[in-house]
Amino acid sequence: MIDLILTRYHYIAAILLLAIGLYMLIAIKNLVAKVIGLNIFQTGIFLFFITTGMVTGGAPPLLGPHAEGPFVSPLPHVLILTAIVVGVSLTAVALTLIVRIYAEYGSLREDIIREVRANE
Amino acid sequence: MSELLPLAIVLPIVASAAAVIVGRVREESGWYLALIGTAVQVVLAIGIATQVFGDGRITHHLAGFPPPQGIQLVADGLSAAVLSVVAVVGFVVLGYTRGSETHRTAFYAGYLLLVGGLAGVTLTGDLFNMYVFLEITGLAAYALVASANTGRSALAGLRYLIIGTIGASLFLLGVGYAFVATGTLNMMDLSAELAAAGYRSRLVLASFALIVTGLAIKIALFPVHTWQPEAYASAPDSVSTLISALVSTAAAYAIARILYSVYTVEFFTAVPTAQDLLVYAAALSVLAGSVLAVLQSEIKRMLAYSSVSQFGLVVAAFALANQTAFLGGTIHLVGHAVMKGGLFAAAGVIAIRTGARTVDEYADLAAEAPIATGTFAVLGLALVGVPPAVGFVGKWYIALGAVAEGVWIIAAVILLSTLLTLAYFARVIERMYFGMDVPGETAAVADGGRPTISPKLAIAVAAVVAVIVMGLGATWFASLLEPTMEFLFGL
Repeated sequence: MIDLILTRYHYIAAILLLAIGLYMLIAIKNLVAKVIGLNIFQTGIFLFFITTGMVTGGAPPLLGPHAEGPFVSPLPHVLILTAIVVGVSLTAVALTLIVRIYAEYGSLREDIIREVRANE
Repeated sequence: MSELLPLAIVLPIVASAAAVIVGRVREESGWYLALIGTAVQVVLAIGIATQVFGDGRITHHLAGFPPPQGIQLVADGLSAAVLSVVAVVGFVVLGYTRGSETHRTAFYAGYLLLVGGLAGVTLTGDLFNMYVFLEITGLAAYALVASANTGRSALAGLRYLIIGTIGASLFLLGVGYAFVATGTLNMMDLSAELAAAGYRSRLVLASFALIVTGLAIKIALFPVHTWQPEAYASAPDSVSTLISALVSTAAAYAIARILYSVYTVEFFTAVPTAQDLLVYAAALSVLAGSVLAVLQSEIKRMLAYSSVSQFGLVVAAFALANQTAFLGGTIHLVGHAVMKGGLFAAAGVIAIRTGARTVDEYADLAAEAPIATGTFAVLGLALVGVPPAVGFVGKWYIALGAVAEGVWIIAAVILLSTLLTLAYFARVIERMYFGMDVPGETAAVADGGRPTISPKLAIAVAAVVAVIVMGLGATWFASLLEPTMEFLFGL
């Protein structure tokens, strides 16, 4: 068990991030906190992807006169760069919508917004 | 001429960027740019479809990098059919957005981005690339849903964004598992490597579960449909027409693509539990979606829950994994897009003419808006499965496929689904034509009574014509799809 934690700690970190993100999405009423939770959830996936490219003792994948293998796999990094861009765009759209919701209902809390809507 | 494939994706995206730039100078240019962009997109889609159905599958290697390293674009019968629907619906619905006050440059930029993302989902042959296009589609859809400028639509858009992103993230995690198991992301390559890794290996099973769950959220199958009714109901009528016709359709296409081109039919033979789970989950969606649709009082929410049910049918057909069911699933996928788009268009016209948005308000509307209500009734009956409309053909083949597979529960659910669909449409149709109001009272409200055809109504009427033409042309379509099915089923 201790051995597993010491050698696979990156998986544990990724799972923790996923769980924390999901918990924030479900349990916290504040909309901005939900978006932060969404970001943490995605970061867990990013971490998982990036660690899969790891090769023990691997060099950075840069070709040059003194380049010597084995290299770590660059592909997951490239993929996650794209995924980060997607994540940033999503956050931007989400925050824009939250600004509009705040202007409309005067609150960022889900339960209060529900009350305001019920009274309308 | 494989260059058509990247063009069909790039063109709407470039047009979207152009709409933003030109829109800064001329505010009203957005619609015209979208019109040009989607018109050219229709030509490209027809070009791709004629090539695919004439000479077979076409592939294109982006930037000349060969797969598995490079990204590959692939068009076969299934993707050509869905791409054509995307292009044509994208072009036609523009007639619906014409002259709207709230639809500005940013709206048309989002509109074009949506069309580009959908084209990308249908044409990509790379799993990670599919994730990116799903997210482009999603991003545009979230923004379009919120474009109604009401607090309700902003809330629905945010809810859609959060749940949709969880779905896409699960999909991405599944792609990561498949990547760890095989070291490749190209679909063709993956199908061979996954077999080599062993279908029963935990990584492969987990990747399948995550990808399918992620896509089920995007399709809005029961019980992960919760974003969808509010999103459809609160969006502007033009947007609900577009999104109900295309977005879930592209996600259902993605599930078919991944089942057949990545995991392949052999995966189901090796892991029958996965197949059973998917088939029964889809069947549950058929039943639950219909029951929830019957319970709705708002028309647009009823139509939204109807999609939950109909997509259950489509996914069940794909998961049955025999040729008859696959054909039925494809026909119903394409047919549902036209029928549901037409229904939302008709509901929008009825709302403009009479202000009616709930089932009760539809009472005795037949006299007030005869053509719009007639269109609504015909499209509703088409979705129920009355021949010769396309809804009948799709359900017929799916039922035949289920019977051939010997899964009697599913066959029963499919036949029952017809009855259930009738349950929620009959309620509306009955009120429209035999409502409880005193006749004469409503006639006074009607303005002049002379039926007129607006561009918006013309779109709904065109959907009726398309639904019947597609129903009559289904056998021809089946023969066109034959080579694709032989390829996907490895015959």
